[in-house]
Amino acid sequence: MKVAVAAGLVSTMLAGVSLVSGGANAATKKVDWATVTSAKAVGGMTALIKAAKKEGHVNVITIPLAGWANYGLIMKDFTAKYGIHINDANPNGSSAQEITAIQQDKGRADAPDVVDVGTSYATENMGLWAPYKVATWSLIPSASKDPNGHWFDDYGGYVAIGCDTKVVTTCPTSFAELSNPVYKNEVAINNDPTSASAAFYAVWAASIANGGSYSNIQPGITFFANLNKIGNFVPGGTAATAASGATPILIWWDYLQNGVASSVPGWKSVIPSDGTIAAYYTQAITKDSPDPAAARLWEEYLYSSIGQNLFLQGYARPIELPGMIANHSVNQGFLAKLPAAPKGAVTFPTMTQVNTAKATIASNWASAISGS
Amino acid sequence: MPGALFRTLRTGAPVLPFLVYVTLGLLLPTVAIINLAFRSNAGKLTFNNLKVILCVSNSTTCSQYRVGFENSLKLALVTSIVPGILGALIAYAIATSKHELFKRLTAACSGVLAQFGGVNLAFMFIASFGALTGVATHWLADVGFNPWDHGFDLYKLWGVAFVYMYFQIPLMVLIITPAFAGLKESWREAAENLGASSWRYWRHIGLPVLAPAVLGGMFLLFGSGFSAYATAEALTTGTIAITPIQIGAILQGNVLSGEANLAYALGFAMIVILLISVIGYALLRRRTSRWLR
Amino acid sequence: MASLVLGDAMEHEVVMSEYSRGNPSRTWIRRVHWGRGIALFLAAAYFIIPFYAAMQFSLQNKYGHFSLQPLTQIAQAPGFFSSLWLSTQLAIATMAIVLILMVPTMIYVHLRLPRFRRVMEVITILPIVIPPIVLIVGVDGVTPLWLKSSQYLLALIYVVLAMPYVYRSLDAGLGALDLKTLVEAARSLGSGWVSIIWRVLVPNLRSALLSASVLTLALVFGEFTIASLDGWTTIPVWIYLAPTNSPRINTLVAMMALLATCVVLMVIVSFDRKSHSRRS
Repeated sequence: MKVAVAAGLVSTMLAGVSLVSGGANAATKKVDWATVTSAKAVGGMTALIKAAKKEGHVNVITIPLAGWANYGLIMKDFTAKYGIHINDANPNGSSAQEITAIQQDKGRADAPDVVDVGTSYATENMGLWAPYKVATWSLIPSASKDPNGHWFDDYGGYVAIGCDTKVVTTCPTSFAELSNPVYKNEVAINNDPTSASAAFYAVWAASIANGGSYSNIQPGITFFANLNKIGNFVPGGTAATAASGATPILIWWDYLQNGVASSVPGWKSVIPSDGTIAAYYTQAITKDSPDPAAARLWEEYLYSSIGQNLFLQGYARPIELPGMIANHSVNQGFLAKLPAAPKGAVTFPTMTQVNTAKATIASNWASAISGS
Repeated sequence: MPGALFRTLRTGAPVLPFLVYVTLGLLLPTVAIINLAFRSNAGKLTFNNLKVILCVSNSTTCSQYRVGFENSLKLALVTSIVPGILGALIAYAIATSKHELFKRLTAACSGVLAQFGGVNLAFMFIASFGALTGVATHWLADVGFNPWDHGFDLYKLWGVAFVYMYFQIPLMVLIITPAFAGLKESWREAAENLGASSWRYWRHIGLPVLAPAVLGGMFLLFGSGFSAYATAEALTTGTIAITPIQIGAILQGNVLSGEANLAYALGFAMIVILLISVIGYALLRRRTSRWLR
Repeated sequence: MASLVLGDAMEHEVVMSEYSRGNPSRTWIRRVHWGRGIALFLAAAYFIIPFYAAMQFSLQNKYGHFSLQPLTQIAQAPGFFSSLWLSTQLAIATMAIVLILMVPTMIYVHLRLPRFRRVMEVITILPIVIPPIVLIVGVDGVTPLWLKSSQYLLALIYVVLAMPYVYRSLDAGLGALDLKTLVEAARSLGSGWVSIIWRVLVPNLRSALLSASVLTLALVFGEFTIASLDGWTTIPVWIYLAPTNSPRINTLVAMMALLATCVVLMVIVSFDRKSHSRRS
């Protein structure tokens, strides 16, 4: 009799346990994180963090270790917070190399999980991305993201004119002023407009200042050709030549001008008054990501107010800035340090306009400057 | 003739590892590039890439590729002839020097400098010959001859050639030095005994022996000057159309997305041009061996 | 390298002054000596001035005053030692592979297939003429996946790039030996091939081998394009990456690397000088 009762008790217990565990199993059914399009759908941030920690690492690519939108600190903070190690391949590589890496490293454990690329590289390779919408999705302007979540802008800035106040008596504040003969041999763009995003947009900003528009980059090319003819423009501009005094006026992204300021006391930068253009970089999660949960957690982190504020600390404008100002999650101290943005809402050229501009600069830049 | 074939294979067998390695490491990749040059983005076979880079249509949207080839060839030619001659002269001066330390220094450093280039080389020259703050520019201006006032421009094609000499001359020194070993002193003694002056010795013996090696070295410099990328890019930042820079902008850039196959076509064109220079080199080497054996 | 490969040419120096005694062309020769001095001076100036300008920039603090501080900051830069270690590993691997591949092949060719020498020469010229930016694309296209994840793929590519220099060194070295006699003597004493190569030929080829190794070293520690395109942080790539915020430190590291490689190679070259004088 006792045995029967005991057996009955045990079986009930077992049944109860299986019921409970069965229920729990239903809730923690194996999630294929590679197909998850939002954390909410599969148990929220807790589940995501748990799965990401289990994966243990995330593969990023071409993220500079220093001097670029505070990524150095962002990566450190992420690892400290979640214990997930970040593998950064080819830290100074280009967007083109990111795409190549994804295509060639397919199936490898160190293939990139996420990318940070120039926008056109994301929109032209839609087949490589897995759709995902971060928790703060609504704070990203609709023009800055793919409606289905395949790509989304992260941070950016304006083209700015930097100037070494120790060498240059009056710093130029507009493109028009650059033609002043007092700036002979002093004006440079950082790097090459046909291969560096910042330089490309610098020419575009100059175009807007000279009668051009989002559909026409040629006036910018003509402007610099003229600047070269009168002897003001100097090729070969880099942060090093700015520091050495060879190019005391350097046109670059505003958030990178501060890197120059740290090695050149007296370096000031200003967004030109007659031609402004902003460009944002773009994030995407790769479809064959080896660490899908960690990749998604990384994106959640970048788009959280912590991540976005860290970009702000690096003088870059996080994409959610307007929303963060509205809901008071922005770090006012960091915001105050940013150079004054032009009034009005930010507009961006469309992809078609970008492609036209790219083709124009590829075919006309060298010939215009060399005068041939 | 199976016997002869078998014998050929047996004689050739020890060379096989080398041939296999070269096939895998050089031939195969080259074939891969040629294949990609003739494919569109979608992977279909097409001549379109070639049509664009050769600018068959003559439109302004592709003329930069033709200009690029012209500039690259001009640059390669200048940086093969001038550093070639200078390198040969410097190599001779080194070979005939009696100072051990000097020889050791140049031996070690020519190897290192021949590989040097890129952003750092460009910066070195901007820092020394730049218009605004160049150290040498200031020294020269102090003695009344500012090169920039007399047509010197570091960022134009000849300026780039000026910078290229920094690795082209050491490369030439490296290549040509073994040739001086072939100039036997016994020939010199014989010439002197026959009453020939130094000038006649060089004209009839020295130069004819060295010329093929010097010309051969120049072909190598041509290839090196044609393919050099990082230095020109850092110096000119795209303001001169040069083929390697155009390739780099597409394959390594952040602006021109979606044109990779065009870059492979440009690469294919470069390989064709360089192969021609290699053939020229091979023909000249045949003449050298006649004298040195 | 020049003096290494010269080897025997040291004994065959083209001496000019000895023949000027009592010779009407003596003044011409003295003028040539003068000319040579000036030429070498100009050449030295051309090579040293840019280096000096870069050093002058980097050995300053940000206020423009001379300072050795950047020197101390080099070692603290993140990733410096790991990229130095990577370059060292690659250098050793490349040298080992290229020598094991080339030495036996060239000995054999010199002995038995002299006509193949020219073929080898042309083949080994090709790496110099194929643009690295194009080569890496081709290599990536044909390399199997398991090899692509290894850093030693770079070593395999560097072997191809080093071939032109290694071939010339070994060719000059082998040409200076009386190869047939040496080998026949060793064979008649009953040596096997491995023993012949290792114990007879290699010691005699010391100059050429040293020269080839030194050139390979210079290549591995100086090659930037392919390493960066393949995504590996070797020392030249690290220098370019500039993980420090300061262009001064980056430039200083680049210049120091140049100087250090020169000095290291000079030291290695002098090993050969010593052994040479011991023999003679």
